[in-house]
Amino acid sequence: MGKKTVSLLDKKAVDRTITRITHEILEKNKGYEDLCLIGIRTRGIYLAKRINDKIKVVEDIVLPLGILDITMYRDDIFKLKSPEVKKTDIPFDLNNMTIILIDDVMHTGRTTRAAIDAIMDLGRPKKIQLAVLVDRGDRELPMHPDYAGIFYNVSPEEAVLVRLREIDGKDEVIVVRT
Amino acid sequence: MKWNKKDLLGIRELTKEEILFVLDSADSFKDISKREVKKVPTLRGKTVITLFYEPSTRTRTSFEIAAKRLSADTINISASTSSYIKGETLKDTAKNLESMKPDAIVIRHSMPGAPHMLSKYMKSSVINGGDGAHEHPTQALLDLFTIREKKNRIDGLNITIVGDIAHSRVARSNVFALRHFNTHITLCGPPTMIPHDIESLGIQVEYNVEKAVQDADVIMMLRIQKERGGIAYIPSIKEYSSIYGLKTEHLKRAKKDVIIMHPGPMNRGIEISDEVADGPYSVILDQVENGVAVRMATLYLLIGREI
Repeated sequence: MGKKTVSLLDKKAVDRTITRITHEILEKNKGYEDLCLIGIRTRGIYLAKRINDKIKVVEDIVLPLGILDITMYRDDIFKLKSPEVKKTDIPFDLNNMTIILIDDVMHTGRTTRAAIDAIMDLGRPKKIQLAVLVDRGDRELPMHPDYAGIFYNVSPEEAVLVRLREIDGKDEVIVVRT
Repeated sequence: MKWNKKDLLGIRELTKEEILFVLDSADSFKDISKREVKKVPTLRGKTVITLFYEPSTRTRTSFEIAAKRLSADTINISASTSSYIKGETLKDTAKNLESMKPDAIVIRHSMPGAPHMLSKYMKSSVINGGDGAHEHPTQALLDLFTIREKKNRIDGLNITIVGDIAHSRVARSNVFALRHFNTHITLCGPPTMIPHDIESLGIQVEYNVEKAVQDADVIMMLRIQKERGGIAYIPSIKEYSSIYGLKTEHLKRAKKDVIIMHPGPMNRGIEISDEVADGPYSVILDQVENGVAVRMATLYLLIGREI
């Protein structure tokens, strides 16, 4: 009752934003050499796949793509409601690669911290960069995205929802007020 | 899926969903053991005590490795080096250990129900690492994990267990687990080693190994439980071996992709021949590898979160 939603990005805007992030990644890294994409479960996987599809169009190359589950590295694992741990699947050598870590929403920075720790246990990449669709502010750790789709400073009574067609049936980013 | 169990006392207390949840979690934890850095910080700051009143190589080591790969600290106590030999009761030992604030105690004891008794007095999680001839839940879970990994399913399989069924906690826990699935279970052994009226559970009993392994997808071999007086139930080891020992020629009657399992320790030349134990159908060492993953999942689910 009393829930209001505000649209931040619609279907077209989601696509444009991913296109822009893709170009920024290629620009900042001066191409695609030693570049790989790692999506953080769950929606980061689909964003990573879409970025890879766009890189294919622009540069005619498919980058190595991995999936990261950070559950085992979380600092709030003792409070998780669902104890589900899923698989990490990174089928390539991370050593000396430039990793683009991809997530849907950046908030406290704790997910990013966990993801960096998880990656460091798998190898020694040359660089790690972070791309997110939404930066909702309110950081608790000194973390910052290298590529952000949109910035929206979320108030305590608001929540950001990213929906992607692969699992949610449609593409949109909305803010829900309770 | 939510998990709200503090203890793992037996397979009998688990639902099918809970069993599958452990197996699915173990699938993710198995990958940790294949990495160069075989450690995740999941259980950092937790303490696991293994309290073993019976000998063990695999189970104790497996629990210790599992805990360490999750960054928990482990302490191992065996009866021969504990105050047990000075006359301390199990309950006193457990309560004293609990005062040192462990998060989980893995106990193996020759007395059935010992872990259940402890769980009533303890805030820490209690994990049954084998209680007499009663249950050995993590063994059944790793057996199911191995079966599912090799066969991609559990439903619809013919599973034959041969040996000293009556004294085997492994057989009991496996039967409790497999009964949740649509499996055909055949138990085989000398009549003195088959539990009375087991057929009433819908289980087939065979006294002839050739018949028992006919069309089997999985053959699980058990040793004679000498420590539980198993030897008194058969005329001689030699006779047992010639009638119930699994040999290469038996495998022709099983499905052509049959897998051979054994919880260890094996008595080569008695219940299993060298050719079978080391042959292409044997998954005995896979069981050991999977044991670590299943115990990581168990520890994570029991002590990883506030319940």
